[in-house]
Amino acid sequence: MQQSRRETSSAADEQEASNRLKTAVHPRYRERLFQIAITGSVLVVLAIIGLIFSMLIVHSMPSIKAFGFSFIIDQVWNPVTSKFGALPFLAGTLLTSFLALLISLPFSLSISIFLGEYMQGSRLGEILRNMIELLAGVPSVIYGFWGLMVLVPLVRDFAMAINEPPYGVGILAASLILAVMIVPYSASVNREVLTQVPNDLKEAAYALGATRYEVVRHVSIPQSLSGIFAGILLSLGRALGETMAVTMVIGNTNSLPSSLFSTGNTMASVIANEFTEATSTLHLSSLIEIGLLLFVITFIINYIGRIIIKRFSVSVR
Amino acid sequence: MNEIGLNIRKLKNKTFTVVIALFTILTALPLIFIIYYVFRQGIAAINWQFFITLPKPVGESGGGIANALLGTVLIVLVASVMAVPIGIMAGVYMSENPDNRISRSARLAVEVLNGVPSIVIGIFAYLVVVIPTGGFSSFSGSFALAVMMLPLIIRTTEETLQRVPKALKESALALGAPYYRVIFKVVIPSGLSGIINGVMLAVARVTGETAPLLFTAFGNPYLNWNISKPMANLPLLIFNYATSPYKNWHRLAWGASLILIIFVLLLNITSRLAIKKWKIRF
Repeated sequence: MQQSRRETSSAADEQEASNRLKTAVHPRYRERLFQIAITGSVLVVLAIIGLIFSMLIVHSMPSIKAFGFSFIIDQVWNPVTSKFGALPFLAGTLLTSFLALLISLPFSLSISIFLGEYMQGSRLGEILRNMIELLAGVPSVIYGFWGLMVLVPLVRDFAMAINEPPYGVGILAASLILAVMIVPYSASVNREVLTQVPNDLKEAAYALGATRYEVVRHVSIPQSLSGIFAGILLSLGRALGETMAVTMVIGNTNSLPSSLFSTGNTMASVIANEFTEATSTLHLSSLIEIGLLLFVITFIINYIGRIIIKRFSVSVR
Repeated sequence: MNEIGLNIRKLKNKTFTVVIALFTILTALPLIFIIYYVFRQGIAAINWQFFITLPKPVGESGGGIANALLGTVLIVLVASVMAVPIGIMAGVYMSENPDNRISRSARLAVEVLNGVPSIVIGIFAYLVVVIPTGGFSSFSGSFALAVMMLPLIIRTTEETLQRVPKALKESALALGAPYYRVIFKVVIPSGLSGIINGVMLAVARVTGETAPLLFTAFGNPYLNWNISKPMANLPLLIFNYATSPYKNWHRLAWGASLILIIFVLLLNITSRLAIKKWKIRF
């Protein structure tokens, strides 16, 4: 009796399922179909990564052939004479990213100490933490717009006051906006790392009569040093690839930046500016090669950061 | 002597606290100021016309961003249609076979993909979609955004499904249910909140992305429903109008920024609250 009920119910199920599928597929094949679908999806992801890398290489071939290694040490970028050297953009990217890191570091570190040590578990700390993490989601084009309207005039006034070229846009403006953008990100990584310091260690220090400053200085920070370093690397990966905000405030000139106040271009911003205007194959291919370089650099930096973070969280646990 | 030493240590501690608090306030201020500024400028720009009309040419005041609003919705929708099923299925595979070679390399691929600069994804979409199809199109933009959504969806799906207790799955299998049905009727529903959360975060992340759309969706001053043609969208409109010298276009860009920020923040906040409320507990 039970047997027959189960059979009828499963028959009804099949009926329903085949109605839903319209094309009746035999249950045995459905199983296989499902396996193929999920395996296929994973393979799609693997294929995308492979395809990104190979497409970038294939399409930058004309430029690699034409310029070879001199592509990254030549500082002339001139579409009219078809001479392409990427040094100004490499310099612009490295300069703005490292400056941004330098500017943001004290801020992100203190906010993560504040949240991770002083405000751990408190209501105010929770609110502040959520707010900062939300700010990491604000689209970069909006940061760029704000930078252009508010920050650039400020930088211009400052440059005027100290007798520097008063463009406003340039390396300094780009570094400042980048710094503002990476603070939420690196603060949340650093906070995470700091909260993973074992409580036993901190409590032992407190029991010995250490002040809070001494605990942070001699226990928490040394314990999480490699994690903080990884956080810096991950923020650097962010800053290197950041496009829109930088494009809007850096001034977009294809020459080697000579000072903090001079205009320039980063690897990402030159692609954003010239990609749709590139008419010759060589020009387009040079831009794609810059994209390839950017891909490789961010990959290496992110990869090292991830390895450190992983080793770190394992050792703490 | 000891007394003095103690006092110095106390003083150091106090100074440190003050410095940390000061820097925290200094950090929070510009960030809050940015949000405040966008709200102030944006609210002044928004009225009914703003939502239902097209941008006016230079020199005329007024106009709206109907084309960009429609474009962003369509582009993100098409991107989600592509990325969500593939992302969830890949996540299912990786949580079901956590230790085989495919899953391990896929995990690396997901991490790499997550770190690829968005402009490089734009180049990729240009090379594999725009060139073969012969022109800029909204679809190529959706493709680029879909590639950016994948890592987030896959990672959250995998992490959530791994937390679904084995016993649940085993009891369903013991009842004689076929494997695919166990996945669809037991495993995925148990982890649904986490998966939806991942999808929301992915949508929030790509809605504001500008760089991958520069040479894919390209932008369009007119209203367009056809995904094989260039299409306007909010981030690109903000970029183009913000860098133009015209006051009226700046006004439109501020309004568009406000809409974008509200949308992205709402999605983020909802998913945060949702994850607290629906977190899987077994």
